[in-house]
Order: sequence, then structure tokens, then C-alpha cells
Amino acid sequence: MREQEQNPQIPSTGSGRRTHHAPRTTLLTWLIRSAPVILYILPVAFLTVLFFYPLFEIFKLSFVPEGRLSLGSLEKLVSSSYYLKTLWFTIWQATVSMLLTVLLALPGAYIIARYDFLGKSVIQALTTIPFVLPTVVVATAFTALLGPRGWVNTALMGTLGLEEPLINLQFTIWIILLAHVFYNYTVVLRIVGGFWANLSPRVEEAAAVLGAGRWQVFREVTLPLLSPAITAASLLVFIFDFTSFGVILILGGPRYATLEVEIYRQAVNLFNLPVAAALSLAQIVFTFSLMWVYTRLQARTSVPLDLRARRQVQRAPATRREKWIVGGNVALMLGLLTTPLLALAARSFSESGGGWTLNFYRELFINRRGSIMFVPPIEAVRNSVGFAGATTLLALLLGLIAAYLLVRRRGWISSVLDPVFMLPLGTSAVTLGFGYIIALDQPPLNLRASPALIPLAHTLVAFPFVVRSVLPALRGIDPRLREAAAVLGAGPWRVWREIDLPIVGRALLVGAVFAFTVSMGEFGATIFIARPQVPTMPVAIFRFLGQPGALNYGQALAMSTLLMLVVGVGFLAIERFRVGGVGEF
Amino acid sequence: MFEARFRAIVVGAMLIVLAGCAVPMQAPATQPAEPAATEAPQTITLMSHDSFAASEDVLAQFEEENNAKLELLPSGDAGAALTQAILSKENPLADVFFGVDNTFFSRAMEAGIFEPYTPEGLQNVPDRFILDPEHRLLPVDYGDVCLNYDKAWFDEEGLEPPQNLEDLTQLEYEGLLVAENPATSSPGLAFMLATVGHFGELGDYTWLDYWLDLRDNDVTIVNGWEEAYWGQFTAASDGDKPLVVSYASSPPAEVYFAEEPLDEAPTGVVTGGGACFRQIEFIGILKGAKNRALAEKLIDFMLGKTFQEDIPLQMFVFPVNQAAELPKVFAQHAVIPENPADVSPGAIDQNRDRWIEAWTQTVLR
Repeated sequence: MREQEQNPQIPSTGSGRRTHHAPRTTLLTWLIRSAPVILYILPVAFLTVLFFYPLFEIFKLSFVPEGRLSLGSLEKLVSSSYYLKTLWFTIWQATVSMLLTVLLALPGAYIIARYDFLGKSVIQALTTIPFVLPTVVVATAFTALLGPRGWVNTALMGTLGLEEPLINLQFTIWIILLAHVFYNYTVVLRIVGGFWANLSPRVEEAAAVLGAGRWQVFREVTLPLLSPAITAASLLVFIFDFTSFGVILILGGPRYATLEVEIYRQAVNLFNLPVAAALSLAQIVFTFSLMWVYTRLQARTSVPLDLRARRQVQRAPATRREKWIVGGNVALMLGLLTTPLLALAARSFSESGGGWTLNFYRELFINRRGSIMFVPPIEAVRNSVGFAGATTLLALLLGLIAAYLLVRRRGWISSVLDPVFMLPLGTSAVTLGFGYIIALDQPPLNLRASPALIPLAHTLVAFPFVVRSVLPALRGIDPRLREAAAVLGAGPWRVWREIDLPIVGRALLVGAVFAFTVSMGEFGATIFIARPQVPTMPVAIFRFLGQPGALNYGQALAMSTLLMLVVGVGFLAIERFRVGGVGEF
Repeated sequence: MFEARFRAIVVGAMLIVLAGCAVPMQAPATQPAEPAATEAPQTITLMSHDSFAASEDVLAQFEEENNAKLELLPSGDAGAALTQAILSKENPLADVFFGVDNTFFSRAMEAGIFEPYTPEGLQNVPDRFILDPEHRLLPVDYGDVCLNYDKAWFDEEGLEPPQNLEDLTQLEYEGLLVAENPATSSPGLAFMLATVGHFGELGDYTWLDYWLDLRDNDVTIVNGWEEAYWGQFTAASDGDKPLVVSYASSPPAEVYFAEEPLDEAPTGVVTGGGACFRQIEFIGILKGAKNRALAEKLIDFMLGKTFQEDIPLQMFVFPVNQAAELPKVFAQHAVIPENPADVSPGAIDQNRDRWIEAWTQTVLR
């Protein structure tokens, strides 16, 4: 451990670049040389303990109870077309959701990357807030806006003189797609926008000088250069939508089911573990195959890029056309992503009779019933931010190492590991949660009822985001830059600090934002895991929504508004993080 | 400068990794004993669903009387919590489990995860709540899943609220009801069981015929209680359904958690002719409990008057102990339906999957 701390040049190995050092055979040299390998083991070991081992145990229990293979209950899977239909629905809705998200968010990424305008960082922070909101709360915001008695319909009925509400999205595929865009817009915006911002515009300018039209430049120059970031973001969005649970269950209604929904139903409501496990396995196999194909394509398309500091590529919108583009996209972001948030916040300040009140916020601080389940807001904020901070650091560390591992060890290792690193995102949370119950029950891994499990489980979902954010930038680093630095006498650590870190820094911050977000929103597994008394903000929201009464509802919205505020401040803080060139580039 | 900070981050992250491994081992030491106490308090863990709640001072009383430290382990909804208890039966997560209801009763019994115990407090509990003659699972509270209606909405429309299940298929109630999916929701399952109990499986008009009529009358189905109540019910949301499947204790909760003090509940309960289904919640000592003696004490306590009288305002259900007095808001605004539908846990367990499948085919497909 000590040696690793002292020699953090680890990620930047590369045997060729160290030849100017006189070979020494001391223990220290050996450690320096083998340190990368030791570090590389970290993400693999992490996944083994917190992912593969629990999954293996729950699959063993499901398929081989009492030591005998028992697949009788799986007959249902093949005999009925229902599961095949569910698989098909899961795939196509994820594909359409992903395409829509990318299509809508690419122009946004463009203006974020190329223009400087007032309130940019606030707008960017606002677009990420949806990510942390519980679906039940988002659903009420959608109903307030688009429901039969919502603002939009009331306004339309008033102006058009209609009797019936005009828009009825309730329990349709449209509301599912809309919600997926609402949640995931920010993934494309940040990952593609962050990458785009460092892409030198010179190639595009050259193409334009040579007579290419705007569309031709975009199609033949910009798009190919952006493709690593676009595919990385698309993959994340696809896998998110592929394992969609809350959106389908709550907004889609009982006629729609993804594999994830069916797994929960089978495991919890019907206690049919074999079928649940088989469906989980199908999910995992699908995610792995998809990632495998992606990795193959990715390896071929990645080329060194001319990456520039963003202050060299960004400017204020000058022409009328540019102002329109920026204005239009900002309007879209605000309209699509921010109105529901505002509706929620407005609700939390509204009295039922009309008028404004702080009552719900005041009430948050009062433990009226002297209940043991009361969560003081300060404590909820502290717990949430504490878990999210730990998750962010851990995810950055593991994600960065994992990304280097993938870049440095090309060949079979990375072609297997790259898909593997994405698996936690594409795996059923409830299956994994149950795996923890049976697998992590003995010392030294007696984690199942420990508070430490919460940030560890969050990291499992968060670190694929870091990997995907960092990889495109890392692969784009021109090796000649490193070689030049080395020739000029920089040691490996210095090369990493002066070349790699500034270039990857921006992407690291993007990864940090997502890691923080994933944890603040209590993504996935943790909500199903038995957890000791460390209530977080989402837990408090769910407790309020568990019982009837206007005060409970108001407090749930007040707590949701606080959650938005806390994550908003968190994003701005992360984006302002400037140390040693991180984020300045 | 930068190097130092970066190192600090790396070191910090590694410390967190280490802390992650170290925390569980430190856990027992984090509760320092009171210097006054002669012995360190013993720890007892109560696993439950997320809806468990109690007053701080009531639980503190238990801790003081027994020199105990009570750890709570809320573990998801009723189904998820029970599943985790069953999965961990070789090495239980807790000493006592609370929150098995009569729809999950047989699953819990079949898994054999509970040990028998006969507390004294059982004398005050009516026989109809005691479903296990061996006393492995003991009743703690009960509540009825019933239709709720929005009083203001029906007043405005000049319409009488429905009186019973049959009324819901009448034309004047078309498109007014939101119910939960029995495959994903506990009140949804309870309401479906009420219709099974009331209409039966045989005869000219079965429960499925009833659901066919409800479907023709434009019933809305959602996946969970939260979506129904906070998403569709006119009395609690921007939705447009004045009838919802909820609990008989929802009206007192509406009064208790009102924005302004209310004399009358804004919602009412349909109690007529088997329209409700009674959920009884049970507690039991888990096999392999580390502290059997204290577990018995906890069950005694939870069946005793203090805890039982704490139940209504904390969990919004009724105590099974007949000696427990109801709080005023409950006595005033809660209804206990006379004849809830009667379906035995055995019948539920045998037929649950089949009934849900048939319901799904009839109502959703």
C-alpha cells in the first residue's frame, strides 16, 4: 500500500518510454515496475468480490438448490411466448429511447462544446438533476404538467375551447420514451459535449476552406472524430434504458414490462428464483454481447486526435444564426428537462388553497410523532453527500485504473475486460442485491448489513460511467506527445501529470459528476438491500410517500427539492474543481 | 502542490477502501456502554419491511427495561424483506422478523424460517388473528384494504359514492376507479382477493366475470399504491380518479397529516358487502437467532399495551391486542369493516400464481 502511494506514476507505464533510465535491480525498482500490475488488479478484484461472486452464489442457489441441478421451473420460459415478447420489447424500447436521446442531445452537446454563453454551467447542472430524482416523484411532476388535469392540458382546453384533454400520454409508449430522454439527455450532453470541447476545430476549418458545406463537414469530419464519445454515451444510455425499472413500472403502467421488471416480479412477488435468475442471465449475456461488438468496432476506429484546450475552441455566439442555435437548444433543455423540475419545486411551496408557504420545509425539521423513522434533513443530506463523496472517489480511482488497463493492455485482455466492466450496469439490481444477502455473510466479507456496502454498491454502478467518460479522451492522446515529453527528460510520473492528466482531466470531471449523481439518486441495488439506520435523502422521500396525507406529500416534494438543490450545488462544485490542470483543458 | 493534493486523494480513496473492509469488524465497538450500566447492553436486531415505524420513546423503554440495544433493519417492501429473510436462513440477518402478512404467510411457513414461541400477551388477541397453532408467527396488527372515495368530488358531481363492489360496474361509476396490479402490489393483491372471496370461483358470476365488467367500466390499473394514490386519486393528486384501492385507515391519516386541522376526513371508505380484505401482520423469531431470550422479550413487548397503542399513529393499522386503546383521530375517523372478505392463507398460497395469471389475462391482455 505504502509503495503505491509513493509511486503514483503507476497508470502511466509503458516500457518503451523508460529506456533512458539506467536499469537498477533494487526492490524499489521492481515495485515500480510491477506497481501497474498490482494496481490493475484493483478493479478486477473489486468486480470479483462485489459482482461475480454474489452473482455466482445467487445463480447457484437458483439453478442448483441443494446440490442438484433443477431446471424444471424453467419450462415456462420456453413454453410461453411472453418472455420472448418481453425481451423484444426491452430491446426495441431501449433502442428507440437511445436514438431519440442522442438525436435530441447532440445539438446541445455542440453548443456546450463550442460556445460560451451566460449561465452555461447552471444550465448544464440543471440538465443533470433529473438523473437523481425518484421515478415516483418525476411521475407526479409529469402528471402535473401533462396529465388530464395538468397545466398543458388545462391551458390547451382553455385556449382551444375543448371539452376533453387534448394530450393523453398516460400509460403509453410515448411517456416511456419521453421519460428516458428526460433522464438520459445529460449522459450524451456531458460525455459528447466534454469530448467535443477539446476537439480542435482546425480540421473542420480546413474542410470548409476546401469548399465543403456545413453538412458535409459535419458528416465527413466532425461525426467520425466524435464517434468514440457518441458510441460511449449511446451505450450507457442504451444499457440504462435496457434495464429500465421505475420508468416502466410507474409511468408505463402494468401493460409494459422490461426484463428488469419481470425479474423483480418473479423474484419478489412470485418467489420464482430460477426464472428470475434465468432472465438475469439473459440480460447479462445480452449486455456482454453488445459490449463485445462495440469493443471490436471501437478498437478499429480510435485514432490519435488533435485535442485542444477548450478556451481555444469556445467563443460567444456571434452571428444571428449562431445565436438562434444556442437559444433554441437552451430553450429545448429548459423546456424538456427543467419544467418538470420547476413544477416539483413550485409544488413544494404551494398551499392546497393556493398561495405560497414554507410549511412543508418547516415540517421537515419537526418530529411530530416522535418516530424512530424520522429523518432530520441535515442528517439525510449528510448521509447522502457522505456516501456520494466516497462513491465518487472510489469510482474515479477504480475507473481511471480500469481505463488505463483497457488502453495499455490491448488484445484479448481488454477485449474481454471492456465488456466486463460494463456488466454491473446491465445487471438486475434485485438479483445482485439478493446475491449480496447470501454471499457476503461471512467475515472478512461480512458486508451485507454494513453501511459500507452502500457506497461500495453505488461504486459498482458508478465506475462504468467513469470508464466510459475517460476512455475516449485517453485513446485520443497522441503517443508522440508522451514520447516528446520523455525525450525532453520527463519521468513517467511527470509525463502522466503534464500530458495525460490535463487531457483526461475534463473527462474525469464528467465521470465524477455521474458517480456523484448515481450515488445521490440511490441508483439500483441499494434500495432492495437490507440496510441499517443510515437514511439518505431518497430514503426519506420514500418514507413520506408511504402514508396518505397532504403533509406527507408536501414534505416528500420539499425533500425532493432539497435533493435537487444539493446535487445542483455538488455539480457546480465538481465542475469548478481546478487542480494541476484538471478541467482547465 | 498538486502532487500533494493528488496523493491526498489517492490516499483518501484507499483509506475508504480499507474503511469499507474494516467497518463491519468495528461495528460492535461503536456502541460504548453507559458508564452507569453494570453490563454492556446486548444487541438485538429486528428485520422488517420499510413501513415499520414506532415512537422513539417506546423503543427506548424496551431498551432500558431489558438493557438492550435494538437495531432496526428495514429491508424493502414486504415481499422483498421476506425473500431476504428466507435467502439468509442459514445465517440470519436478524433475531426477529416483523411484517409477514397473511398473503405471504404460507411462503414464510413453508420456508421454515421461524421458531415457535408463545408469549403471554397472546391472551388479549382474538383467536381469529392467530393463524399458526404452533405460534411460529404471531399477529401484531391488522388493517383492511378498502376502496376510498374523494368526498368533495362526489359532492360536486352530485353523485352518491358506491356502496359495494357491485356498484362499481354501474354506468355512473364508469372510469372513476384506479386499482393496483395484484402482481406487483400488496393492496392490489388484497383487493383482488376480496373479489375472489366475495364472488367466488364457481357459479354464474365469478370473480373473473366481475373483473371483466370492471374492465368494461374502464377501470385504471397501476403497478403500486404510490402511483394510484399520489398519481391518480383526485383527493391527493392531479389525477382524475375519485375512487382508489387503499386502506380503511387512510382517512385518519389524511386528517392527521392534513395541512390545516380538519374536522372531517376528506376521504371516505366503502365498507359494504365484502369490499374489503383484511391484512394481518405477523412477527416471529428467526431460526438461528443469536439472542433468543431477548427476542422473546421483544415479542412480549410488541404485543404489550405500550407498543400496541403506539401502532395506529405510527403505522396506520390497528393493534391486535384488544386491551389497547385507539388514539382519538383513529376512533373518530377510522372504520373497521364488519365483514371483510375471507380467503385463507392456505388457499391464497395454493392459488396465488394461478389467480394472478387469470387476472392478468382478463384485465390487462
